[in-house]
Amino acid sequence: MKVSVTINGKPHTHDLEPRMSLVHFLRDILNLTGTHIGCDTSGCGSCTVLLNGRAIKSCTILAIQTDGKEITTIEGLAPNGRLHAIQEAFRENHGLQCGFCTPGMVMTAADILKTNPTPSEQEIREGLKGNFCRCTGYHNIVKSIQQAAVTLNQ
Amino acid sequence: MGKYIGKSIKRREDIRFLKGTGRYTDDIKLPNMTHSAFVRSPYAHAKIQNVSTAAARKADGVVAVFTAEDGCGEYGVPCGWQVNFKNGDTMREPVHPLLAKGKVNYLGEAVAVVIAETLAKARDAAELVDVDYEELPAVTNPRDAMNEGAPLVHDQWADNAAFDWCIGNDRIAVEEALEAAHHVTELKCRNQRLAPNALETRSYIADYDVNNDKYTLYSSTQNPHLIRLLLCAFVLGIPEHKVRVISHDVGGGFGSKMFHYTEEALLTWVSKEIGRPVKWTADRSEAFLTDAHGRDHVIHAKMGFDKDGKILALLSDEYCAMGAYLSTLAPAIPTYLHGTLFQGVYTTPLIHLNVIAPFTHTVPVDAYRGAGRPEATYLLERLISKGAQELQMDSAEIRFKNFIPPFDGVSQPGYQTQVALQYDSGNYEGTLTKALEILGYEDFKKEQDKARKNGKLLGMGISTYIEACGAAPSAVVGSLGARAGLYEVGHVRVQPTGKVNVYTGSHSHGQGHETVFAQFVADALGIPMEDVQIVHGDTEQVAFGMGTYGSRSLAVGGPAILKSVDKVLEKGARIAAHKLEAAVADLEYAEGKWTVKGTDKSVSFGDVSLTAYVPHDYPEGLEPGLDFSSFYDPVNFTYPFGTHIAVVEVCKDTGKVDLKRFIACDDVGNVINPMIVDGQIHGGVAQGVGQALLEEVVYDEAGQMINGSYMDYALPRADDLPFFETSNTVTPCPHNPLGVKGAGEAGAIGSTPAVVNAVVNALAHLGVTDIQMPLTPQRVWKAMQN
Repeated sequence: MKVSVTINGKPHTHDLEPRMSLVHFLRDILNLTGTHIGCDTSGCGSCTVLLNGRAIKSCTILAIQTDGKEITTIEGLAPNGRLHAIQEAFRENHGLQCGFCTPGMVMTAADILKTNPTPSEQEIREGLKGNFCRCTGYHNIVKSIQQAAVTLNQ
Repeated sequence: MGKYIGKSIKRREDIRFLKGTGRYTDDIKLPNMTHSAFVRSPYAHAKIQNVSTAAARKADGVVAVFTAEDGCGEYGVPCGWQVNFKNGDTMREPVHPLLAKGKVNYLGEAVAVVIAETLAKARDAAELVDVDYEELPAVTNPRDAMNEGAPLVHDQWADNAAFDWCIGNDRIAVEEALEAAHHVTELKCRNQRLAPNALETRSYIADYDVNNDKYTLYSSTQNPHLIRLLLCAFVLGIPEHKVRVISHDVGGGFGSKMFHYTEEALLTWVSKEIGRPVKWTADRSEAFLTDAHGRDHVIHAKMGFDKDGKILALLSDEYCAMGAYLSTLAPAIPTYLHGTLFQGVYTTPLIHLNVIAPFTHTVPVDAYRGAGRPEATYLLERLISKGAQELQMDSAEIRFKNFIPPFDGVSQPGYQTQVALQYDSGNYEGTLTKALEILGYEDFKKEQDKARKNGKLLGMGISTYIEACGAAPSAVVGSLGARAGLYEVGHVRVQPTGKVNVYTGSHSHGQGHETVFAQFVADALGIPMEDVQIVHGDTEQVAFGMGTYGSRSLAVGGPAILKSVDKVLEKGARIAAHKLEAAVADLEYAEGKWTVKGTDKSVSFGDVSLTAYVPHDYPEGLEPGLDFSSFYDPVNFTYPFGTHIAVVEVCKDTGKVDLKRFIACDDVGNVINPMIVDGQIHGGVAQGVGQALLEEVVYDEAGQMINGSYMDYALPRADDLPFFETSNTVTPCPHNPLGVKGAGEAGAIGSTPAVVNAVVNALAHLGVTDIQMPLTPQRVWKAMQN
């Protein structure tokens, strides 16, 4: 089944098995392996990408459902190999350890800050409810998002 | 001490993780690679009557199907630690087959593997493998496994015990002291079974190269050399020089990626059979079912006190599950990593622990963050707080009364415990004093009184823990049953330009070695950090190594590297002396150059490096090059310690626990990178809080896991936790050159009893003295009603 999508600003057209999930399309066909699979059931959030600007879990949407839409993955968040303010804040605040949940965390943070540019600590924690991190205890992830909010509002 | 040590340098590994360009095993695609799917047992215990693979073999895209009949690895995967029965009988050690033969012993045990052109085709075909089972009764609780007539996991033995072991003082002496004690506090509880849940599931790619008769195994392991050793010598009988194990970026381990799993051996065998690379990545259900679990002790313990609250004796009888087979380090966890910590930070004169370790119809149990030490700490810290409650004493005061006094391990000797270990250095009252200050203890007591008057349930709990890290002196662990040495290897290769590659047998799966190791190497050599690169996770680049677990990387891996740095500087000094026309004894080395003492004559590290590789004008008889490797075998374990304090509020209508504050004052010895140590504590605390309040793997009576998904297994989420208040004291380790003790597990060890003590404290005035973990709203609510 044919699917045409814009991924990180570039158009892609592929003939895909209808049952292929978006995350397998990204990872296996397009080699965008920054989007990770932690559970395959929407539980962990490691596969979070932006679909038309909103965070979704790419393991539980079929690639063909994204036809005609725009997708941003971690590889496309900041142009020209630079770091986005959110990525920079994660680095500055040690918001990552093993790095596996990180792309999903960063994409979810982008969504949180887009919908609420000045979130409280509690709002950030609630916004992260769909993303697991087993390394950081979320402490520095929340700090990172707080700092990114300040930077993005300047 | 230097430019970098002690500074919160930002991590160099972060850029690739933040850009999505990290390379985890599942990210790798090899040419001509196949994919695999396992057929796993839907029963905890069953006879395999027949396995029919005909339909699967004919399915679209299938390359091969293998079962136990195909002769894969008849020896199975080995256990790396032997713990014998206390009567001298040898540990019972069943074969742990790569694919089940005749019988399955736990839910999820692999029966067949299907290899296909794509993952989807492999999974489709796995559905076509038809296995006839005859279900048998199962036992999953380790106490029940020792009941008369309990279903046997392995029919060749009369009961389910893998071993029955004890440590400490004479049992009768301990029992007599308890009988004579003013007060005895008793605790019957289960330290529940946990699933480690690294966010990256286990993943392997095996690639057999027919031209060179050589295997490459890409593995999400914490210890590539150890896997190579076990795989080659014990499972497949392949010579070690014919196997390369590569472990690039690994998405968390927490112990669960230390062990040699059946899948990595089987796939290595398969890749030669099919002549193509083969990949397997666990899905999350497989991770729940097949990653070695942690904890699972059933405990009956007693602590005796005199009338002033001094501890007189400690006795514990425990049933500690091994699961269906003995995982790589399983026997060591509830024994030498558990019983040896029963001294805690207290002067208890009489201690006895007995451990019966039964096989159960469950996935194997092995090390999970802290491994044996959280279980010991939980028991001690619950007992002392429960004792204080029963004696109507203050829970801080009773601890101050029982602490081992401070000792630095240099001018004062180490502390000899009743349970084999000798502590290196400690100041236990120091961390409690500091943590109480941060809490504001006196103010808290007033606040608690006020809250109670207003009908609110506010509580605080203390835990003062110690752990043994930095495993370990090889001769010591060898005498305790380890089947390997536990040294580490550090190789320093100085390039002609003075740039440095460091090859370490330690492995980073989130700990930040690439940054931290570069910090202390750059300081030791007096060169910029940018000039130092850390290489790990490849058996063909790194000479040897024992890997990362038990908070050992910096304490054991660090000194191994420093030994090589010393050799570089020693040889460099000879080259420098030649260039400066001076005696080696007249030189001093600082800030990257050798200087003739009292003069301005000097030569830089870079100049000496170049001379070592272009030895035209060179000391007579000296070999060219500047490249050294060292093994470091520690003389003792290291003993980090600390105090954790939790403040909770319990909802009186629902029993839900709200963790309001968490204070951690840890002493991990010297700190190279405070940011990273704090991060380790944060993550450990979150896991420990998870055990206290949320997490438990539940098997039903038939051995079905009823919560093996993220819908059902409650991992801590961001809104379950507050910001943590971390701080530290510094009591250097006296026996390693960095003075470091290890920080990886401290958070998980100290935090769990602090939280439970806090909840019990919040409900103490209602007569609550204990609640079984995890402290779910239902359990807390029930405790309040009784």
